[in-house]
Amino acid sequence: MEGLIHEEYYVNKGDYVTAGSASADMKRKLRQLGVSALILRRLAVASYEVELNLVIHSLGGKLIFDVDSEGVTLISEDRGPGIPDIEMAMKEGFSTANDEARSLGFGAGMGLPNMKRNADEFDIQSKVGVGTTITMRFLLK
Amino acid sequence: MKLSELIPLIDATVLADSGEDKEIECGYTCDLLSWVMAHGAPGMAWVTVQTHLNVIAVAVLSEMACVILPENIEMEEESLNKARSEGMTVLKSPLTAYEICGRIYAQGIPAQA
Repeated sequence: MEGLIHEEYYVNKGDYVTAGSASADMKRKLRQLGVSALILRRLAVASYEVELNLVIHSLGGKLIFDVDSEGVTLISEDRGPGIPDIEMAMKEGFSTANDEARSLGFGAGMGLPNMKRNADEFDIQSKVGVGTTITMRFLLK
Repeated sequence: MKLSELIPLIDATVLADSGEDKEIECGYTCDLLSWVMAHGAPGMAWVTVQTHLNVIAVAVLSEMACVILPENIEMEEESLNKARSEGMTVLKSPLTAYEICGRIYAQGIPAQA
């Protein structure tokens, strides 16, 4: 299937100031394509959460959006540090966020569960010392 | 309820004006941003004591009607500038979060539209 849009956004560790800008930019582009409000909202929530996770937890990484005629694939790739216990990380309320993140109102342990809830397909692969890759798929209908 | 009706209802001052008299569809109060992302909705009036830039990002992504700061909390100019450029209304009210929500709820605005 011919891709309609391919976008990549680099997200830096600890960059709370621009956090959310990739998600907002992608949401604007998808709205222009005529994607429904409900799908846009689900995508924006999941995308913002994963963007924030890169800022809070990773050493830096990137978000890759691929739009085809049937859906949107969102991939988050980072350079580490990796998640030692994915099952634990997926639990609502579990968080390893630092004090800075918590003082801003993050670290509620809702990020990964929010992503999984909003995506039609969700996959997480992680290796300590290497990095984490999260793949989400959102169907347009 | 329109934004223009909400402002006198909670004795609010406009800190950032979107230039649009948006419809208030529902209300919410919470200071944990991830929690708000899970429950935010279009047309929402969101009461929070958080004032940093990410508050505006969450409100914009959820397509909320406005952000309300209780107890006359001030918001950083940087956040207000972002709100203005994104078309998000920010209000402050001398009332507590509890009373702001109480007054809005009493007008028939639900938790979810």
